[in-house]
Amino acid sequence: MTVVQWGAVPAPRAEQPKVPSRWQALRGADRSDRIYKFALTLLALALPVLIIVMLGVLLVNALPALRRFGPSFLWTSAWDPVAEIYGAAPMIFGTLASSFLALLIAVPLALGVAILLTEFAPRSVRQPIAFLVELLAAIPSVVYGLWGIFVLIPFLRGYVVPALKAVFGWTPFLQGVFYGNSLLAGGIILAIMIVPYIAAVSREVLLAVPASQREAALAMGATRWEAVCSAVLPYGRAGLIGAVILGLGRALGETMAVTMVIGNRHDIGISVLQPAYTMAAAIANEFSEATTSLYLSALFEVGLVLFVLTVAVNAIARILIWRVARGTPAGSSAL
Amino acid sequence: MSARALRRQLVSRAMTALVVVLSLIAVLALVLILGDLMVKGASSIDWAFFTKSPVPAGQSGGGVANAIVGTAIIVGLAALIGVPIGVGAGMYLAEYGTGRLGFAVRFIADVLNGTPSIVVGIVAWTFIVKPTHRFSALAGSVALAILMIPMLARTTEEMVRLVPNSLREAALALGYARWRTSLKVVARTALGGIVTGCLIGIARVAGETAPLLFTALGNLNFSLSVTQPMQTLSLQIFVYATGPFEEWHRLAWAAALILMGLVLTLSVAARWATRRRYGTP
Repeated sequence: MTVVQWGAVPAPRAEQPKVPSRWQALRGADRSDRIYKFALTLLALALPVLIIVMLGVLLVNALPALRRFGPSFLWTSAWDPVAEIYGAAPMIFGTLASSFLALLIAVPLALGVAILLTEFAPRSVRQPIAFLVELLAAIPSVVYGLWGIFVLIPFLRGYVVPALKAVFGWTPFLQGVFYGNSLLAGGIILAIMIVPYIAAVSREVLLAVPASQREAALAMGATRWEAVCSAVLPYGRAGLIGAVILGLGRALGETMAVTMVIGNRHDIGISVLQPAYTMAAAIANEFSEATTSLYLSALFEVGLVLFVLTVAVNAIARILIWRVARGTPAGSSAL
Repeated sequence: MSARALRRQLVSRAMTALVVVLSLIAVLALVLILGDLMVKGASSIDWAFFTKSPVPAGQSGGGVANAIVGTAIIVGLAALIGVPIGVGAGMYLAEYGTGRLGFAVRFIADVLNGTPSIVVGIVAWTFIVKPTHRFSALAGSVALAILMIPMLARTTEEMVRLVPNSLREAALALGYARWRTSLKVVARTALGGIVTGCLIGIARVAGETAPLLFTALGNLNFSLSVTQPMQTLSLQIFVYATGPFEEWHRLAWAAALILMGLVLTLSVAARWATRRRYGTP
């Protein structure tokens, strides 16, 4: 412990009982400083403890299923609570398929918003547009699900699917009858939900691109689009990919809205018009009605797969974003 | 202008237009959702909606008083648990977070921010519902608090970092101890921002449904006991929206409008307050 002594020599002992010397005051401060730092450190440690506890809980409770089915849990399709045979392939497939479908729709929209907000829009409208897009992130998942059931699905059934079938009906992606609850509906709802996340992080990444990059391109005679395309976007590429992966992480773990519109059928089908299932939806639907301990354990294993997948995806996204906007907490203000 | 230059200009214009159109689609989604909520929700809201509990399925009338009160209790309790931990962790990150631990905590907070909320529900179930053999509002609050902590840690850190270092130096130079400087000068200066962050965090978890499915469970009756199952607006919307009755669908829209109003009021007020304070978005 080092104590900085300021002032001159400590006061003579005779005067000490009444007024504590500066030295003592500082010593006291030093101790309370350490207590303060210790207390804050304990609170901060809650986060690492939390992630370890979550992983531990999932792992321990998934052990019976892990032992019984081994790695084949990941690629078998049986889900039979009566025979006690479980395989998560349909859910893993549905989770990945709906998330990629969502990215396919959301990435152009979100990048459009981000580019408009950083490059093209007049200053006066940037703030309102950013605000409106961020409001999308404030809408609760269950409200998206409600809207999906009563507005989006009838709209898809009435207008979008017939048109899609007329043009692309020959592809394997649009086979079968469209009843409403489907991979397509789930993907579109997810897309709307992740646009604000991708847009907000992309915007921060693009804002972190130095103005000199744009100016150099413009000075060379580039048009505004060429400047964006040849100077700004390549500079922020890692961060933009990070933003997209962050959106993917959101989509993978999204539960309520997807559960409400995706149809919840244990089946692997390549047609987006057919119902599907996701890992999160399976947990939401079946967890409280899991009757046997093996059934419950299988659901814990689904949760474990989902958790590990999203943690990995988020970690990759954060590293990519931090590489661009180094030191700045890019993205978190948007969350 | 040569043909080539003209073409380049046209491409630039076309791409600008494309970017504008894409952005309009994104904003249109918001307008459509809010519009539908207003139209379909507002027509179902009357006084009974706020004062009555649900009636048995198939009958008309009834309200969501139990869900409104339940949301307030569960979210309030979650804030009581989550805010001290989250804000404290954020203070740590801002004041001492330069080392290896700070980096790790920051990274983990960001990663946890993207964790599926349903997984958090499972964890709360394991620790509270399973040992007590009972679904309870408290378990729901714990789940929501866990969701809140990483969010609050990061927003608090950002807000505290906005405080100019000169304030800190001035306080230290006047002989304030570091902890006193941190609490009385730095945290107090950033207080508006921290409160804003807390409001946004509360708004975010108020709409959560997935972690409550097997913790708070839902309850069709009016209940004030945190050791019993409790209803929230989000759970009520889920049950009503996926149920078979027209009347339920109507109530689902109305409850969604109320929930949306609550969430939007909190987050808009919070953002507006921050903008005023720091002049930043």
